[in-house]
Amino acid sequence: MGLLTLSSPHTHNQNSTQHMMQMVILATLPGFVVSTWLFGFGTLINITLAIVVALGCEAAILVVRKRPVGFFLNDYSIVLTAVLLGLALPPLAPWWITVIATFFAVVFGKHLYGGLGNNPFNPAMLGYALVLVSFPVEMTTNWASSIIATDVTASFSDTLSIIFAGASSDAWTGATALDSYKHLITNATAAEIAQQPEFSGFLNAGWAWVNLAYLVGGLWLVWRRIISWHIPLSMLVALSLCSLIIGWDADMYTPLSLHLLSGATMLGAFFIATDPVSASTTTRGKLIYGAGIGVFVYVIRTWGAYPDAVAFAVLLMNLAVPFIDAYTQPRTYGHNKAKRGLYQKQPK
Amino acid sequence: MTQMIRLHDIHGGIHPAENKRQSTQTAIQVAPIPNELILPLHQHIGAAAIPCVNVGERVLKGQCIAHADGFVSVPLHAPTSGTIVDIEARPVPHASGLSETCMVLQCDGQDEWQAHPSLLEQKNVSLVEQLKPADILTFLAQSGIAGLGGAGFPTAIKLHTGNYPIDTLILNGAECEPYITADDMLMRERADEVVAGGEILLHVLQCARALIGVEDNKPEAIAALEQAVIDAHLSHKIQVVSIPTKYPSGGEKQLIQILTGKEVPSGGIPAHIGIVCQNVATASAIYRAVVHGEPLIHRITTLTGDACQQPSNWQVLLGTPIDYLLTLAGYQAQQPERVIMGGPMMGFALPHLQLPVIKTSNCILAPKAKELPLNEYATACIRCGQCTQVCPAELLPQQLYWFSKTQELDKVEQHNVFDCIECGACSYVCPSHIPLVQYYRFAKGAIREERAAQEKALRAKERFEQRLARQEQELAEKEAKRKARAEAAATAQKAKQADLAEPASAPASSVDDTLEKLNKQLAASQAAVQKTKEKLAAAQADPEQADKIPALEAALEKVTSKLKSIAMELAAAKKAAAASTTTTGDSDKGDPNSPERLRKKWETAQLRLQTAEQRLAEAMEQQLDTVSALQTGVEKQRERVNDALAAYQASQTETQSDVANSPDNHELEKKILAQQDRVAKAEERLTMARESGLDTVDALAMGLQKQRDKLAQLEQQRVASSTPEGV
Ligand code: SF4
Ligand code: SF4
Repeated sequence: MGLLTLSSPHTHNQNSTQHMMQMVILATLPGFVVSTWLFGFGTLINITLAIVVALGCEAAILVVRKRPVGFFLNDYSIVLTAVLLGLALPPLAPWWITVIATFFAVVFGKHLYGGLGNNPFNPAMLGYALVLVSFPVEMTTNWASSIIATDVTASFSDTLSIIFAGASSDAWTGATALDSYKHLITNATAAEIAQQPEFSGFLNAGWAWVNLAYLVGGLWLVWRRIISWHIPLSMLVALSLCSLIIGWDADMYTPLSLHLLSGATMLGAFFIATDPVSASTTTRGKLIYGAGIGVFVYVIRTWGAYPDAVAFAVLLMNLAVPFIDAYTQPRTYGHNKAKRGLYQKQPK
Repeated sequence: MTQMIRLHDIHGGIHPAENKRQSTQTAIQVAPIPNELILPLHQHIGAAAIPCVNVGERVLKGQCIAHADGFVSVPLHAPTSGTIVDIEARPVPHASGLSETCMVLQCDGQDEWQAHPSLLEQKNVSLVEQLKPADILTFLAQSGIAGLGGAGFPTAIKLHTGNYPIDTLILNGAECEPYITADDMLMRERADEVVAGGEILLHVLQCARALIGVEDNKPEAIAALEQAVIDAHLSHKIQVVSIPTKYPSGGEKQLIQILTGKEVPSGGIPAHIGIVCQNVATASAIYRAVVHGEPLIHRITTLTGDACQQPSNWQVLLGTPIDYLLTLAGYQAQQPERVIMGGPMMGFALPHLQLPVIKTSNCILAPKAKELPLNEYATACIRCGQCTQVCPAELLPQQLYWFSKTQELDKVEQHNVFDCIECGACSYVCPSHIPLVQYYRFAKGAIREERAAQEKALRAKERFEQRLARQEQELAEKEAKRKARAEAAATAQKAKQADLAEPASAPASSVDDTLEKLNKQLAASQAAVQKTKEKLAAAQADPEQADKIPALEAALEKVTSKLKSIAMELAAAKKAAAASTTTTGDSDKGDPNSPERLRKKWETAQLRLQTAEQRLAEAMEQQLDTVSALQTGVEKQRERVNDALAAYQASQTETQSDVANSPDNHELEKKILAQQDRVAKAEERLTMARESGLDTVDALAMGLQKQRDKLAQLEQQRVASSTPEGV
């Protein structure tokens, strides 16, 4: 008597949400290490600050929502959000930018929608977009220049005083590659720009190294089947196609190599756009979702006022997810065609 | 010889640890006969069997102890000889955990067979091909054969494919669930039986080819089957196909897809696409029945899991208690104790071990906590889509889960929840450890319940509407009749007025007042019509007044319409008066024998008679064979009408005498008036009779006298009832 009776299946592949989140965090390591090496300690400080703020906000909200704090903090989802924010923000941005962005991401991006799994928007990108729109100056002038251009990066203590004490960062900052190319190309040819220190040589440009590092981490995730290949691939393909078709002339538009290997392209493709909660869930839907992000990234980078576009592109496609999902339902076994489209009550 | 056909892939699927090694180390052993067998009457899909032996009776091995109840049911046979000691409700191995009626057989250990001629012997033939497929089907049904692989569907019914021609028979030897090796061992050791069973099935289905699908993790079984096919010289008909190991490729729909590329239509059966699928163990049972005359009394069951010291396969008598069986495999109870019937993916955890092995029990799995860790707490769905990637039915498990959780049942249905085969692959991969399948089972149950309720409501509504329509029709007809009567009365009244030129006697109530008024109006209106008509005629005659004609015509129309409306009003008033008369007798209310009710009954009966006659006429016209039945119906209805009429008439006379004694003045007044009427009529009739010199004159005179007496009586009563105040 009194045997354990649980519903089938009685076995599990021992994967867990927690494990998946940890793997994604782990996969950001190459990108993080390379960017710290090339751009200084700003990112490290940002990430640490973001994690502390995120955990604090999450715990406070869980208490307010009367949820078991330990149980939910344990899933690492909020740590991942904080890490992504820390990686995406300008390395030398003042501390309050990170705090505001993180607070907004956790409270408004995640919990006001009902917590993990219920948020329609990518929380990290929501936080990022908020500070980008509200504080455009801080968000565009605090990008550290790479060690390749300046020979040396700011020391840890210098970085701390820049971020927390408002010390001048002018000596260490410069425009991002995307930004400067976009401005330079209006009066110069591609060949002339290539002479500039930050563009000298293809892989000498620090941004390319960082992006390649993220690519490595991302491919590892795909290989480990933590993420599926659909979204990153379709996003990169769409971005490339746009660049090749519209911006083939490097004397007028940012070239493909720069689109793929600068800014937040790889971080976005493998770590941000693949956030499962806010992405499309069907296989075809994922392809469309990724491609949409790729197109928006190109459009906003080329004709928009902001130098990078991953955050806006992701948020815009988040909006479209319910619609995409409704129209990309797979055909179920034994059915002639898929039931697609927005749900309508069957006439009885 | 293998792989001559092109294989197809199924969507999704998973690769859980197989754990099949443990139980394939020893050959199939025959389990000893326990003291007692518990035999549920319901081990299959369909209606439970009905016991056909009594408690206390001795039965022989193979004897039918419960026969099938109807078409979708299978009989039950005694697995060994012994005495039936009980027929009672006992817990049965079913996910619901319910008890059902079981026959309890006390075994005597002699294992004494009853005579069991094979079908070949019975029909006196030597080859299966000489048997008639229909005979084989009947025999399989009698032998109690139900699907041994999955749900236990009665085999004879599955083979009864009606008008669908079958081009492919599939024998399912995939056995994709981890741990289970019963079919594997059967195919290794008794491949000849499986192949022979396949041959019988081909003959029954009149089908040309059979595919035996086996996962490639069972090379011994594949080799044995191939050898058996060659030995039986059936290579041209039966083909052994090795398929990639992947769960759930052994699901019927999935195996069909893998082997043929076809999909069973949603809501359909494999026969619709020319395929019949049978488990290999069932094929072996079919062979044993047809060729050896053995009904289904035992099966092969895997006993496995780390809690069993000797994981192994056993040939077990149906009804063997599981606790008894587990001791054979060296079972050691764990804390917490967990025993699963079936595999780890689709099996169900047993509530206790005093349950019997039934026809569908292919495995008893007793794991240690370490090998099948208990599920962790479920966390929020992160929409990762892993469930979607593994679902073999290409559903969106995560959406199904979402809508099941929020109980949006119509959306769950819209997302094809009924195509879910409950394989558990989605739950297996869900990183949030959500018990998805449980949600789907719940949703399916809820939808079925809702459907049943809806159906019921729909039927009730239909019935209600029919009744309403009937009542309306009845009412309308009654109304029409009433109107006709009222009009007749009105004309009679008018005629009387005109003849007698005498106003009606003092009205006793406001109703009578209105009647009076209306009557006067009617007369006036009639006069007006008359006058206008005259004027019109004059105008038409006189050319000088010709220009007045249209005006007069209009006037005539006006007065005629007024006359009509007055006549109608009068009719209505009369009806009201009649109604007030009937309702004054409050004692009538609720009395089923009240004249009003009886009249209604009579009318309804008449109506029914009409419809019945109409139907009869239609049937006759169309020369339907329901004519005679309808005729008797009409006869009966006619009788009912007569009965109703008689009852009504009887009540009528009763009320009359009742009312005569009524102290009610108003009532009395009415009676007097009516009586006066009768007297007048009687006088009339008498005069007529006299004039025409009929010999009824005397009788009529007597009747008149009687009526007059009654009138006098009533008048006396009136005087009596109105005087008291004055006295
Ligand atoms: S596998 Fe689990 S967590 Fe992932 S989408 Fe499906 S239900 Fe949600
Ligand atoms: S249990 Fe149902 S929903 Fe889940 S994988 Fe199997 S068929 Fe798909």
